[in-house]
Amino acid sequence: MAYSDKVVDHYNNPRNVGSLDKKDPNVGTGLVGAPECGDVMKLQIRINPETQVIEDAKFKTFGCGSAIASSSLATEWLKGRSVNEALEIKNTAIVKELNLPPVKIHCSVLAEDAIKAAVRDFQHKQPAAEDKAEEAALNG
Amino acid sequence: MALKLPIYMDYHATTPCDPRVFEAMRPYFTETFGNAASRNHQFGWEAEEAVENARKLVAELIGASSKEIVFTSGATESDNLALKGVADMYYERGDHIITAVTEHKAILDTCKKLEKRGFKVTYLPVGGDGLITPDDVRNAITDKTILVSIMMANNEIGVIQPIAEIGKVCKERGVLFHTDATQAIGKIPFNANELNVDLASFSAHKIYGPKGVGGLYVRRKNPRVMLVPMIDGGGHERGMRSGTLNVTGIVGLGKACEIAKEEMPSENERVFQLREKLRTGIMDEIPDVYVNGHPTERLPGNLNVSFAYVEGESLLMGINDIAVSSGSACTSASLEPSYVLKALGVGEELAHSSIRFGLGRFNTEEEVDYTIGRVNEAVNRLRELSPLWEMVQEGVDLSKVQWAGE
Repeated sequence: MAYSDKVVDHYNNPRNVGSLDKKDPNVGTGLVGAPECGDVMKLQIRINPETQVIEDAKFKTFGCGSAIASSSLATEWLKGRSVNEALEIKNTAIVKELNLPPVKIHCSVLAEDAIKAAVRDFQHKQPAAEDKAEEAALNG
Repeated sequence: MALKLPIYMDYHATTPCDPRVFEAMRPYFTETFGNAASRNHQFGWEAEEAVENARKLVAELIGASSKEIVFTSGATESDNLALKGVADMYYERGDHIITAVTEHKAILDTCKKLEKRGFKVTYLPVGGDGLITPDDVRNAITDKTILVSIMMANNEIGVIQPIAEIGKVCKERGVLFHTDATQAIGKIPFNANELNVDLASFSAHKIYGPKGVGGLYVRRKNPRVMLVPMIDGGGHERGMRSGTLNVTGIVGLGKACEIAKEEMPSENERVFQLREKLRTGIMDEIPDVYVNGHPTERLPGNLNVSFAYVEGESLLMGINDIAVSSGSACTSASLEPSYVLKALGVGEELAHSSIRFGLGRFNTEEEVDYTIGRVNEAVNRLRELSPLWEMVQEGVDLSKVQWAGE
């Protein structure tokens, strides 16, 4: 199987490899996949609590070159987006950008899942926000 | 001498034609091009002579007589002919066949086809070392068993089954014994009588011969094995395999066998030393690397290892100037990791992390040194990228993690 130039580039020069402090209330961590399936992605985002903008994103991935490239690309796209904008990143966009063949589409799905899991983790860490939302719902 | 890239280290998949084999074949394309079945002119006689000479060389390598060699298109055809040919010939005697879960697909898929036709097949499990025992076979034989088929050397993990002992069990019980010896004949010593083998499949392209030609050893005495042919036609190969003989290919196979017989002891010693250099060069440098299959009962050129916390295909990408293969699902069309490694009880995670190095005749020490460096560099880099490696360093027990994907 030949890899697209973009996959090779992300594999050789992965962007934003590393870890953020998962205990930080402003950091959301998504850990998706399973070792038995051959893919595990850890994707982390740090959000500015004032602006709700993603200021930093890091990843580590156990998986094939396409999985590494998908998560690397996701971190690039996440930086500078708002939390809500992050949730708009769709796997199909990753497939298109990296020219993934059909057999590698699951890698892009996993990257989308990782983004959602990271955002969810961040939101769970914001009890105040959740309470406010609940209050609003009750009052509404 | 400068190192030439890429390096070929996938000798279980195929081998280059030895230049001596190629030279032996050359005249049979354009000059001595006759049909070996043409009995009435010089062209045919010369072709027939070349075929018979090759048949003798093959027979000498495996301790057989020339009349026991049937030429085919390769080992897959030989496996099909052995299993289907025996099943069709002896079905009145019984309907039971015994094989092993780690066999090549040419055996397993043929068995599945026979099951659809009403035959019963026992798939013996293997131990953690990839081996089955003669007792496993003995206990599986019933009065309905007509054939046992156990491969000699495994194509993925290189383990060598106790063929002589299994053959003895089969002989005692009067059951025919076939071995898929594709990875064995021409690579390790093989004597049909000493191994108590009744049928054996082999292929030229695994032993520095051309692709598209192979053979089946069919015992003629004690017992005389009969086969129903799969391909009907002009009655070539004593009626067992019709079709104009591939004279060039057969000449190449014969030459490959002649070289193998001559050079096997010295070649195996050299290849074994290279394999051990590769193994220690990797395992002394990198932690959490596991050899798959029995540590010593294996082909001299085979090294199948799992690099924990690193996915196999990504590792292949990292050493892309070295041709090897992986048991990772990502490298197969099926999206399933290697069924052979699963049968050994290797966890799926480690099956995804496996690499098969196959060393052979033309590998050099320089290539092995280069490979060690490249592999170690790539594994270290990918572990830095691996969340699993990070978790293990933090003391997390991966088996206790509730994975989202499960």
